[in-house]
Amino acid sequence: MDVKSPEEEHPVKTFGWAARDSSGVLSPFKFSRRATGDDDVRFKVLYCGICHTDLHFIKNEWGFSTYPLVPGHEIVGVVTEVGCKVAKFKVGDKVGVGCLVGSCGSCEGCSEDLENYCPKMILTYATTYHDGTTTYGGYSNEMVVSEHFAIRFPENLPLDGGAPLLCAGVTVYSPMKYYGLNKPGLHLGVVGLGGLGHVAVKFAKAFGAKVTVISTSASKKDEAINHLGADSFLVSRDPDQMQAAAGTMHGILDTVSAAHPIMPLINLLKFHGKLITIGAPEKPTELQVFPLIMGRKMVAGSSIGGMKETQEMIDFAAKHNITADIEVIPVDYVNTAMERLQKGDVRYRFVIDIGKSLTAA
Amino acid sequence: ERERERERMAKSPEEEHPHKAFGWAARDTSGILSPFNFSRRENGDDDVTLKVLYCGVCHSDLHFLRNDWGFTKYPVVPGHEIVGVVTKIGENVKKFKVGDRVGVGVIVGSCKTCEACQQDLESYCTKRIFTYGSTYHDGTTTYGGYSDVVVADQRYVLRFPDNLPSDSGAPLLCAGITVYSAMKYYGMTEPGKHLGVVGLGGLGHVAVKFGKAFGLKVIVISTSPKKEAEAIGKLGAHSFLVSTDPEKMKAAQGTMDYIIDTVAAVHPLTPLLGLIKMNGKLISVGLPDKPLELSMFSLCIGRKLIGGSDFGGIKETQEMLDFCAKHNITSDIELIRMDCINTAMERLAKSDVRYRFVIDVANSLSQ
Repeated sequence: MDVKSPEEEHPVKTFGWAARDSSGVLSPFKFSRRATGDDDVRFKVLYCGICHTDLHFIKNEWGFSTYPLVPGHEIVGVVTEVGCKVAKFKVGDKVGVGCLVGSCGSCEGCSEDLENYCPKMILTYATTYHDGTTTYGGYSNEMVVSEHFAIRFPENLPLDGGAPLLCAGVTVYSPMKYYGLNKPGLHLGVVGLGGLGHVAVKFAKAFGAKVTVISTSASKKDEAINHLGADSFLVSRDPDQMQAAAGTMHGILDTVSAAHPIMPLINLLKFHGKLITIGAPEKPTELQVFPLIMGRKMVAGSSIGGMKETQEMIDFAAKHNITADIEVIPVDYVNTAMERLQKGDVRYRFVIDIGKSLTAA
Repeated sequence: ERERERERMAKSPEEEHPHKAFGWAARDTSGILSPFNFSRRENGDDDVTLKVLYCGVCHSDLHFLRNDWGFTKYPVVPGHEIVGVVTKIGENVKKFKVGDRVGVGVIVGSCKTCEACQQDLESYCTKRIFTYGSTYHDGTTTYGGYSDVVVADQRYVLRFPDNLPSDSGAPLLCAGITVYSAMKYYGMTEPGKHLGVVGLGGLGHVAVKFGKAFGLKVIVISTSPKKEAEAIGKLGAHSFLVSTDPEKMKAAQGTMDYIIDTVAAVHPLTPLLGLIKMNGKLISVGLPDKPLELSMFSLCIGRKLIGGSDFGGIKETQEMLDFCAKHNITSDIELIRMDCINTAMERLAKSDVRYRFVIDVANSLSQ
């Protein structure tokens, strides 16, 4: 069998930055993209957000990374070509691509517009596409995507501040809607104030909720309240504060991916309260069942969102002026950015200015 | 001085109320029960007095007798699956008359004003008063149904439907409502869906019956292969899955819409989550006293949820009893004499019962 190199396997030359091994260090990488198919949208990448998942992937923390790996699934660009069957986009339109570029199209998930729960979903990077080649993400100069997985980017939404919503935004929006935490007047807790957390605060306020940020460090209080508009702040390591807030929250969005105890969070929930995890820590945690039973509470998970709700979310964000708080960086800063991200040293998402800083090697 | 005053005032269980009562109680953490003389309060305006006919033996009784949960005060007269006949009613009681068959379940009091009580969910009231082992409004300890007579506030008394047998219907007052309430609240009632029932004991066997009544396809999940014949042949489950068989568990991945977990022993949750489909639910009604291990990651893949559910409020308990009468759902029981209770408890500790002991109180409890 004739195995082609990344540069040769497709007809259109392209370039980006890739990690070659689990050190996760990124460097310039030449590869290629497929020709624009009938259902495809081709676009020049302008910005790409750095999601914490990118960091997990480049270092193979979840054990299924394949190298070379071009990350990036918070991608915004401008359309340069459309296939003949494409109806929703034309050249010059602003377009976004999130975490998915393909799915089976026929399973229960796909038929309910929940491609993110399709067992055969194809991630924007490091997954095998329908044609057998590996998907490469948005840390690159251009992309081709099937129209179904392209998001119409609203006119009034800034491209750089809006890019992270394509993953962080829908990851927060989807469970808030599904679990009924988007109704006005609720008291919601947000655990962790990073990429997901700060966006969760913004969406929660837009939904009309009273928001309490729960964090291990008191240093984030000022930002949470004065900058992000949270109504209150709890230091999770302070047992007195936590006890005073017991039984006060209708729902809690837990965005933390590091291992942490959940029982103190369950204690903050009211009767019928819901603890929703989107941080997906992979180390198991302890669950005492009694408190769930006594308050008829639940713990549930959620993962990104389907295409229909991603579009709905971005339109909602445009209407309510919700963008991520970002630090724009040139692509050659990316390795330093990853080190800083590892330490949580960013307010609150890095976004790579691909359009201006990514040039052919 | 006040201490001595209090000591003078504190009356023995036999003396604290005006009406003599007799039952069996445990005196210490051995949990061994023996005859016990005590007393019941005067039947108040809102009260119903009932002569006890039958009382189910719930696994909670066993936990409580042995102080497994750490808050038992002795002496304890357990029993919260009580069926009896009304012998007296208070002035304000209109729902019941002397001679009616009634039931008393897990609680005999609540605050009546909190959010939970207002929603007919007295079971979740933080000031709920348990049928046994709690402190009643008058400061005395509540004693349960392993006794000849019970006095209860009418609000917490259930009408026992005519065609529901008293003996095999008694366990529904705890086991039945615990399962029914969980299944209704979490929407586990859509005909045609697949329900996994973990554990085939008092709660589990009733869950199979409710599952079938709701038109669900029921799969019993158990660690012991010996229960398969009963599960399918007698209880009518559709199939049986041995949870300790890795190949069978793997083949069953993503096949269930709901799982109701009735097991109180410590057990891993992550394999059970693997059995659930996208958007599926695992509902815990068993009461493990130690923490279980949970992978949050496995909740995210497939948007799954784990919820807890306690027993239900009075309104729902009545609804459940009426549902059981309509669908001929009763518990599978082993009727025992009061003086066999300690042996029964030992057997219950080993899950050696198909599937609930019920004490024939009226015919076997004598001074």
